[in-house]
Formats: sequence, structure tokens, C-alpha cells
Amino acid sequence: MDLLKISKDIRIDLLRSIGSVGSGHIGGCLSIVEVLTLLYFKYMRIDPSTPKMEGRDRFVLSKGHAGPALYATLANRGYFEKDMLLTLNKGGTKLPSHCDMNKTPGVDMTAGSLGQGFSCAVGIAKASKIVGDGARVYAIVGDGESQEGQIWEAAMWAAGQKLDNLIAFTDNNKMQIDGYTDEISPVSPLADKWRAFGWHVLEVADGNSLDEVDAAISEALTLQGKPVMIVLETVKGKGVAMAEAKGVGSHSFAMSPEEIEAAIEEIRRS
Amino acid sequence: MGQMREVLAKCLEEMMRKDPKVVLIDSDLASANGTLKLRKLFPERVLDVGIAEQNMASVAAGMASYGLRPYITSFAPFATRRLCDQMAISIAYAKQNVKIIGTDPGITAELNGGTHMGIEDIGVVRSIPGMTIFEPSDSVQLAAALPVIDSYVGPVYMRFNRRELADFHGKDYQFDLFRADVLREGTDVTVAACGLLVGPVLKLAEKLYAEEGISVEVLDVHTIKPIDEATLLASTAKTGCCVTVENHNVVGGLHSAVLEALAKKPVPCTKIGILDRSGEVGKLPYLREAMKMTDEDIVLAIKEALALKK
Repeated sequence: MDLLKISKDIRIDLLRSIGSVGSGHIGGCLSIVEVLTLLYFKYMRIDPSTPKMEGRDRFVLSKGHAGPALYATLANRGYFEKDMLLTLNKGGTKLPSHCDMNKTPGVDMTAGSLGQGFSCAVGIAKASKIVGDGARVYAIVGDGESQEGQIWEAAMWAAGQKLDNLIAFTDNNKMQIDGYTDEISPVSPLADKWRAFGWHVLEVADGNSLDEVDAAISEALTLQGKPVMIVLETVKGKGVAMAEAKGVGSHSFAMSPEEIEAAIEEIRRS
Repeated sequence: MGQMREVLAKCLEEMMRKDPKVVLIDSDLASANGTLKLRKLFPERVLDVGIAEQNMASVAAGMASYGLRPYITSFAPFATRRLCDQMAISIAYAKQNVKIIGTDPGITAELNGGTHMGIEDIGVVRSIPGMTIFEPSDSVQLAAALPVIDSYVGPVYMRFNRRELADFHGKDYQFDLFRADVLREGTDVTVAACGLLVGPVLKLAEKLYAEEGISVEVLDVHTIKPIDEATLLASTAKTGCCVTVENHNVVGGLHSAVLEALAKKPVPCTKIGILDRSGEVGKLPYLREAMKMTDEDIVLAIKEALALKK
């Protein structure tokens, strides 16, 4: 399977999707495309024709504002037609800006109020242990989101419960709406924090490298006795020069149809 | 006297025996709430998140998404105020079947005082779409209600004091989650009450009839949301006036809910409850006096309602 091509398709589709509305959370969508590609096309035990299959692996996008990146991934994986991506944020859509498990096929948990999705993922991992079905639970947390106290409440408890069926990622793109994360309220050093909270920690120097993220997930699956946090050093707006150049401004911004087309061309050529 | 927390623990034990999907999550108040003993019986399914109520609510939502049926517990203010956003998003907005138990609401917090006195919990929860709110008036009703609430699919918030409450329901009591109980029929005035003061109101109604010939219709509005509009409107159509009695701020609680229900056919309505002021420490008799919630205050409110309709 050509994961590089798939990751490019996901980037292109999420840009088309956001382009159909005119603006959206572009930066934080582009920074997590590689991990989504690997989870949905290599690692997760899922069946797009049976989105609610019992015992399936689950995924929680705790940074729920990156919904369009997940939707583009799900469409590419066959959960729904790609045309649906163009309904993003339109009245009555099944694809709201922030993830809604009751609306979108393939979305396992509602998220958007930051900190909560991660806690839900911990609950899902514990539920799987209680039921004993051997499912894996994956979650992506934002670095800015890690300022929420609830993240650390959940981190403590997950370690205490030895939830080694839970693999979480921090999308450490180092920016939030109001500025650089470590200038607003420092979340660094993330790896040390998670270790101190009793988690296995893996660090990926280039969180937008398919090979590096792949190696980390592969290693995480061998670790036992504790949940795993994989800290991904990512670039907000990755793969689109205009978005990367905006820096902190890439969190949410408008792109004209011409800019979207130019960005798609740029991704195709990369 | 029924010990509410003992009834709670007994009912939970029965539900957990019957169904492996029932899970209990405490937040460091299991000893206070009487649920600690369940840990030995069901060590895999009786959990404690520690002092982290927000995590408790979202963890429960995650478990519910997996098909489990979690119950979460704390004191009333921490089971509502403290986890309000988690209740609104992880539970209600995500449509997750989580049951929330908040003990010692309002003045039943007694010696824990103002910080622990949930006087706004009904108001907070009532404004969240999809939530149901239940407050039992004795341990018989609690025991009858829990299996019904367990089989109802959807989030429910329950508030009740953890210690004793004088029982007045008979053993054959039948519970309907969505129908208020007409405990006593009357023709002069409707008293719509919930929780702690329903028992005292019932006694007062009998006394008022015997001593002064005032015929009081007593409604136990055990489910504050969705409120039973039909029973309320039928009662006030007959009596022409109403008194609400609650152990909660009169702003946002039962009084507000009843006024909303009666707005289509308004009648004069007076109120007993916490008059938009903060809580404080004290035993129940002191607190009922401080908050103007004594039997005498209730009688005055009934007579005021009667005078207003003339």
C-alpha cells in the first residue's frame, strides 16, 4: 500500500473540504495527516462497511477541531463517499467542524471541548479491558490542549489502571491560537511530564515522517504494563507552504479557491 | 427511617449482579456515599478515579460508548457544577447513557457548609438538553426508582441526601419516572414539592385540613426534568394557586420549572426554597430556619398563595 500517496490524498481532500466552506482549522489538520494515515491504513482493526463492529479498535480525536483531517481519512478509507467532504459545516451536514460520533460514520467519540476526548479514550480503553475483547484504543491530543487539567487527571488514572491497550499521540506543533504554546503556558517538556505520570513515552523527531511515526507505533505495540504516549514533533500547516508560513496564524484561516488549487498542486508535486 | 445510601448500595448491588454491563465509578467519596463495600463484590467494575470529577464524567461517557452502563458518584455540587461541561458535551451532547448521582444536595450538606452545598445543581443540569433530573422523597421511592432509571436509556442526574429520610411511601408504591405523584388530593391549593421536604409537606397538609379546613393537594414532583406538565396543570386548574417547595435555589430549580410549566395557564404561585443566597454550615433544623424553610414558613407560603387567588 502506497501510504505516501494516501497521505497526499488525505491532505488534498481535507483542503478541498475546508475550501468548500472557505476557512477552517487548516494548520492542526495538516500536522496530523501522517499518524492518521498509518492508523487507518496500516494498524487499526476496523471494517469501514461495519463502522460500529464490536471489538474494533477505536480512535478518538481529542483535538476535535481537526475533524476535517479525520473526515478526509475516513472518506479515503471507504467509510463514506468523498463528495460528502464538500458538505463540511453546511447546515444539516454529517461533518461538523468538531467530531460528532452520532453524525459521522467511523467517528468513535464526540470531541471538541478540549481535554474531554482524551478522558473518553481512557474510559474506552478501560471498557475494553472490562469486556476483555482485546481492542486497541488510539487518541490524538493537541499540545495546546495539554494545558487542560483534565488531560492530566486522565493521564494519572490511565497509568494507575495499567491501560496498555491505549496508545496516545501528542501533536506537538508548538502553537496555539494566541501564540506559541510554551510562551502562553508551557507544556514542555512533554516527554518528561508523561514519563513522570507513569506512561511509556516514545519521541518522534519528525512527526510528519511516515517512516518515523510507523516505527514508533510498531514499537508502542510491543510495550506492556502501561499506556503509551508518542510525542510527535510536528509542523503546523505541514505540506502547504502558505499555511506553514502563517505560523501561529495557521490555526484557522481563510483560503480562496485559487489558493486551495495552488496548495493541492504543491502537494501533488511534493 | 430509610438510610438513602444503604438503599443506593443495595440497589446497585442487585443491578450489578443481574447485568455485567453496569459499572460504578466513585470519586473519593465511596465511603461517604456507602458504595465502598461494592468494591469487594465487583472489583473489576467498581472503580475510583480519585478527586477528579471531570475525568470521571468523560471516562464514564467513553465506557458508555462501549455499551457499558456507568454510574458516577460525588456530592451534588461536584457531580454537577464541577463537571458541567463534561456533562454537557461528553455525556449529553454525545448522547451517552451515564447515570449521575449527587448526594447531600442543598441544606443536607449540613456541616460541610457553603462550599459543599449544591444549591444550583438543578438549574445547571436543567439547562442542558437531553438531561433528566430525579430527586427521591424517601428511600422507598429511591428503591422503586433505581431499576426504572437503570432501564431508561439516557443520562439521568439524581440528587438525594445520603443519610436518613423518613419513609412515607407504602411497600406497594409504583414508580413512573415521567409522572408526578399526587400524594394527597385537595381543592384549595396545590403544593408541588420534591425531595427532602415532601414528607413534611404531606404531614402539614393533613394538619391544615384537620385544624383549619384548608384542602391541600400535594404533588411529589420527583422528576424535575422533564417536568410532568399535565399533572401540574390539572391540579392548578382545580385549586387555582400553587406553592413550590424545594431544597434548592428558587432561581433555576423546581420553582422555575413549575412556573415554566404553568405559563400557559398561570395561577398565583409562592415559593419555599433557598432564596438566592449562599449556603452555610449548620444542622438541618438550623439551616431550615436560616433559609426560611421551616414548617411555619411552608404554612405561611400556603396561606399567601390562597390569599393571592382571592
